[in-house]
Formats: sequence, C-alpha cells, structure tokens
Amino acid sequence: MLYVEKWKALLIGLICVLGLVYTSPNLWKDNGVDVSSNIPAWLPHKTLSLGLDLQGGAHLLAEVEIEAGIKQRAAAFEDTVRSALRGSGIRRSSPERLGTAVRFRTLDPADAGRAADLIQEADRTAEVTVGENGSITVGFKAEDAAELRTKILSQVIEIIRIRIDELGTKEPIIQRQGDNRVVIQVPGYDDSAKLKNIIGTTAQLNFRLVDANADPSSFIPRPGFDLLPAKDARSGQLPKYVVKTSPTVAGDLLVDSQPSFQDNRPVVSFRFNGEGARRFLDLTGKHIGQPLAIVLDNQVISAPTIQSAIGANGIITGQFSVAETQDLALLLRSGALPAPIQFLQESTVGPSLGRDSVEAGKLASVIAFVAVAAFMVFSYGLFGIFAALALVFNAGLILGILSALQATLTLPGIAGIVLTIGMAVDANVLIFERVREELASGQSVVSAIDGGYRRALSSIIDSQVTTLIAAVILFAMGSGPIRGFSVTLTIGIVTSLFTAIWVTRLMVVTWLRAGTRRKTLPI
Amino acid sequence: MTLIPFRFFPERPNFQIVGRRRFAYLFSGSAMIAALALTFLIGLNLGIDFRGGSLIETRFKSPPSISDLRNTVDNLGLGEVTIQEFGNPTDILIRIQRQPGAVEDQTKAIKTVTDALGQEVEIRRTEFIGPTVGQELKEAGAIAVLLSLIGIVAYIWFRFEWQFAVAGIAALVHDVIITIGLFAVTGWEFNLATIAALLTIAGYSINDTVVVFDRVRENLRRFKQEPLPALLNRSVNDTLSRTVMTSLTTIIALFALAIFGGEVIRDFTYALIWGVVIGTYSSIFVASCFLLFFRDVRYMQPSVNKADISAANTE
Repeated sequence: MLYVEKWKALLIGLICVLGLVYTSPNLWKDNGVDVSSNIPAWLPHKTLSLGLDLQGGAHLLAEVEIEAGIKQRAAAFEDTVRSALRGSGIRRSSPERLGTAVRFRTLDPADAGRAADLIQEADRTAEVTVGENGSITVGFKAEDAAELRTKILSQVIEIIRIRIDELGTKEPIIQRQGDNRVVIQVPGYDDSAKLKNIIGTTAQLNFRLVDANADPSSFIPRPGFDLLPAKDARSGQLPKYVVKTSPTVAGDLLVDSQPSFQDNRPVVSFRFNGEGARRFLDLTGKHIGQPLAIVLDNQVISAPTIQSAIGANGIITGQFSVAETQDLALLLRSGALPAPIQFLQESTVGPSLGRDSVEAGKLASVIAFVAVAAFMVFSYGLFGIFAALALVFNAGLILGILSALQATLTLPGIAGIVLTIGMAVDANVLIFERVREELASGQSVVSAIDGGYRRALSSIIDSQVTTLIAAVILFAMGSGPIRGFSVTLTIGIVTSLFTAIWVTRLMVVTWLRAGTRRKTLPI
Repeated sequence: MTLIPFRFFPERPNFQIVGRRRFAYLFSGSAMIAALALTFLIGLNLGIDFRGGSLIETRFKSPPSISDLRNTVDNLGLGEVTIQEFGNPTDILIRIQRQPGAVEDQTKAIKTVTDALGQEVEIRRTEFIGPTVGQELKEAGAIAVLLSLIGIVAYIWFRFEWQFAVAGIAALVHDVIITIGLFAVTGWEFNLATIAALLTIAGYSINDTVVVFDRVRENLRRFKQEPLPALLNRSVNDTLSRTVMTSLTTIIALFALAIFGGEVIRDFTYALIWGVVIGTYSSIFVASCFLLFFRDVRYMQPSVNKADISAANTE
C-alpha cells in the first residue's frame, strides 16, 4: 500500500536538510560575508573547493631526469679514484665515465686488486668491480641505486616546495606522480614563465678560475679545461669563457644568500659555511688578480677579477635586474636540484577567466534549473512541482556533498551538475509516465501511483547504473578538470536517484493523505 | 489551483516504427559508413591534449584585426599557428603546433607569443602539452572509451539476455561512430573533453535503450502470443513519451549551458547535445529493431525481473 513509515519519512527529511545545511556556507561566502565568524560553530563551514580552472592558478607537470642526477653523483667517483690512489704508486689510465659508473685501468694488471681495495676503503658505499686487464669499475651498489632514485625524487620535491613557499603563494600542492614525475599546482599564481624559472632551474653554482691566456674563439678541447658560454651575452660581456676544471668551490657549501646592492647595482650576496669559507679563502688567496668565473648551471654569470682573498662572505656581480637578484638568491638559498627537471605539461588560468567561468557556470546552472523545473510543471502539473522541489533538494545534496568532501569543482564539473539537472528528472518522468499508463488502464488513483513507482524502479536502476559505469571509468582514467566532470556526474546520479524516487514519493503520499478521497490525479 | 498538464503525445501512441525499420537501417547504415569514411579521409582535428602543442587565450581592450595578429605571430617562426575569435571579438584563441626540438623550445613558444603581443593584452589562459603527455592522454582516452563500452555491455548482459546486450552495444557503437564522424565533418576540436562527452553519450544512449528493453522484456511476458515485430513496436511506443520527455529536459539543461556557460566548455556542450539527439534516435529506431535479428528472443525464457521482486517486497 501507499504508505511511508514515520522513521523513513524522518530520515528522508533529515538527509534533505543536511544537504541544504552543508551547502549553506557557500551562500554566505557569495555575499561577501566572512564565513568563519558569522556561522555558529556547530554548523559546517566548508565551502566548495574550486579547481584551478575556476579560481585561477598554474598547474605544472614536471619530469625529473633521475638518470642524469645519478650520473652527476657518479662523477664524484672520479675524485674518489684520484684521491684513493694518490701516493700509492699505482699507475693508471685517467677515469672515464660509463653511464652511472666510472671506469679506469691500472697499467699493470697485477695492481688491480690493491687499487680496488684502496678505493673500497676510501668509499665503503661504492661497488668496485675488477675486470680483465686491470680494468676497474666504480659504481653504485644495486640496492643503493634504487634508494638513490627515491632519494633524488624526494629531494627534488623538497627543494621545489622550499622555492614555491618563498614565492608566498597560498596552499600550493606539490605531489609525486609515478616514478619520476611531480605535479605542481599553485592556486592564484598565473605567471607560469616565472614559476617554471624558479622551479626548473637546477641552480648548481660553482666558482672556477678563468684561463685568461686562452682564446675562447679558437679553443681546442683539452683535459683540465672547459669552454663555457656566458649566461646572457649582453654588451661588454664575452660570449664564451675558457675555465679550469679544478679547483672549484661549489655552491652546496653556501648557508645563505640574499639580494643586495653594491655601488647602486643589484648584486647577490652569499655566505659560506666553515668548510666553504676555508676553501674559498684558499682559492681566492692564491689567485689574486686573476678573473674568477661564477658559473651557474654550466653558464658563466660573470667573471670578476679577484681583488683580495675572500672568506665566508662574498657577492655575485652580473648584469642583473633587481628581480633577477631576488630569484637567484632564492635559488641559491634553496639549494641546487639534485637532478634536472623538464616540464611535460603546463596550464595557467588568469583570475579574470576563472571568475568569468564561475559566473557563467552559476548563470547556466540557475537557468537550466529554472527551465527544467518549468518544463516539468508544464508537463506534469502538480506532480511536476513535486519533481521540481526534489530537484532543489538534489542540487542541495550535490553541493553539500561536494563541500563536505572538499571535492574539487571544475568547469566541466559544473557541466556535470547541469547535465545531472537535466537527467535527474528522468526517474520522475519514468514514474509519472508509468502512473499515467496505469491510470489509462483503469486503475484507481492509489494503485496507479503505487504501480507507477514500483514498476518504474527496475528501468530507473538499470538506466542509471549504465551512466554510472561510464562516469566511474571516466573518473579512473581522467585527469584534471575532466575528472571534476565525472565527480559531479557520479554524485549527481546517486543523489538524483534518492530525490527523484524517495523524496517525490514522500511528497506524493503526503499530498494523497492530506486530501480526502482523491478521485483524480492532476498528472 | 489547477494545473493542466500538457501532453506531448497521445495517451496511447501507436506509431509504426518497427514496421518501417528499413528507413532506419538505410539512414543509420549510410550515416555510419559516411562517418567512418570521412573520419579516415578528413581525419580528426586533434586538440593539443593529444597532439602536443600550446594554446593561449587572450583578451584585447578593443577587437583586434585577426589578419594583423596573424602577421605578427607568423613572423615568430613557430610553424603552424591558428588564430580564432573566442566567444566575442575581443577574445582571441591562439593555438601553436608542437615545436620541433627539445622540450625547452616547446615551453618557450608561449612566452615568445605573449611577448610579441605586448603588455596591453590580457593573457587569460595558457596551456602547454608535451608530446609524451599527449600520447599518454590519447591512450588513456581510447582505453576509457573501450572500458566503458565493455562495462556497459557486461551490465546489460548480466541484467538481460545476451541478445539485448548485442543490440544495445550495436546502438552504442552506432552513436559513437556517428558522433566521431560529426567531429570529422565539422572540424570541431577532438580533445579530452570530447572523450568525456563520448563516454557520457554512451552512458546516456544506453540509458534510453535500457528503458525500452526493460519494456520489451515486460511485454514479452505479458503478450505471449504477439508476433515479435508488433511486440517491439508496442514496447517502443509505450516508452516513447518517456524517451522524448527525458531527452527534452536534458537538452533544455544543456542548451542553458551552451548559451550561458561560457566559451571554454561550449564545444563540450555541443557534443553532449548531439549525443542526446543521436542517443534518443538510436534508442527508438535502431536498438529495438536490432532485436529482430534474434528471432529466438520470442521463445527464450523470460528471466525473472529481480528489481520488480525487491520493489514488491519493500511495499
């Protein structure tokens, strides 16, 4: 019989009210009222969490070239070989890089065993292999290599986080994705060029002596010297420099770096730790009067002449703007990336487009809502009003669930809500059409309604499940804004089943019981 | 208060739909062949999501001359660049094809163009998709479409007899192929959003079809003596007003979105509207007629409708 138990009616009512309550914080926010202070503490405070396409911001997908990072670290094995065998009297070829390892030969194969022992002693973590004819390979142990990968990736993420935090943006998201990717989302920041510059610069700084006698234009590669390009060859700067491979003092010994001024020109000041200061003093003290190249990521920023021995504190001069000194100081403070990164994907949305999209989405939703509701009332009369009311609760539930779960609402997500508004009444259409049929076949009012709801149920469930399958797969496979579409579509399908079946049923039953002996149905 | 509901259909519609199925076969068959042929001949206008490349949406203070803009941008040597108005005359969308060379060159293209446009122009949105990601998205998209088709078929198979699953998937493939053909003919950009639209269309179309099939199953039990074509025709007519009504409400909502929802999702909305139209058509004219290929549907054991029973139990 047509009857809804009291506890069921209460539960249905409670769910509808909860939906509206959880939606309510969004309404206060729209009127520019500060949410947190005006709502009683026991009411929910969470508002919709907007995607980057609606609030504006930058999204970057970066790939960390971990292999290159490992190779970089492997270069240290060259030093290990040199220092371990220094003074041992073992004659050897100069070490060559071989992927992520270093290989050399002892000229007398009989020395190989002793050389390997010396190296192993110098670096316990290295894997030292003796091959034929005195060849020795120094590399990472297999188990260390895997650990190194994870370590490089997490270091990259940590450094990116430090750099972005320095930009002073709110709530950036930096997430690892897969084995070697990092997703970076910075809401409210739409200067992707600057962002990429800050994140993507490796920032490996070192100081190297310039070979003032060599002519860069006719440089022939020879061991111990490198030809490096100038960072940007503006007027008065040499396009290329010949620098000595060693000695160098590296930027990883820096403890601080700040933008500063000298003679009214923007410069970057830096401070070394104890070891750095000692080595820098040694380097500069021995070569007063010679040009010293300041090298960032294998490009020469500038090559000032050493005036006097310098210890802990120094400055980097160059053709900088104030903004550039700020960025460079930030990069040096945060430390160098242990591996270079590449950007695979980026998108930025300016704040005005985001605002426009929110406004357009709101307008479209409201109009879709009103139009569909009007159409339902036009087609089904009083029952159409029930369906339209159910639609209000449906919208409340969708927005309430989105707010409570803090699921990201994107522009396609708004499209999903609008689509749901159109499709939500489907269940009511099925039921009402069925009721009409039952009436036409001569059933009484009560049994027509009863039969309508009961018989339409299987169609409703079958048809919604198929849409749900598509929505769920879209959620699993999709990314970014499109995923937002599947989120609202999925939520919308589930809530619309509830409102279209149970909420309208409760309304219809209440209406039936309110009137005495209803003989005809306005449907 | 009296509200007189408006009826779009006669109380008991009796259109000869299954009887005239040859027209539907002819129309759908040629549309599918045309769609396939055009997709292969013309090809799809793949968006940068799949092809890799960059996109810049800009807003000018006053409507710029597109040909001047084209000259400016062409001189930058970035290869094929498309420039189009986007929604209104002050908004311009610039698409830059994938740049040869390293990833560095790719990401510089956006900056090159924005620098050339000058300070006066507001950059509303930029997007860059590298070739690797493009390829991955393409594969993910194809897998998503396949998986949902399989999922939907599996569900229908589970709920109905296999003949229904075959007829349902035929209608579905029909809708998807013709929709892809539409993208080939119109040159609309085929991107990630289009894949989402295709999946939604698939879900929506089968939704309509399932309602018809549900009725076929019910009528198979009620009218045991009726010849299959007449029974199918009866089922389609029984559900006709529901099919059309639901499509109307959905299309009303989607039109609101297309008109007021902004330029960014307009193509997506058009694809959805088209999907509702073709899905409704196929549910009425294609899916049930397809059941005629399986004459044994008539004699098979009508499976017990579980939902009916559970619904009855809750009363």
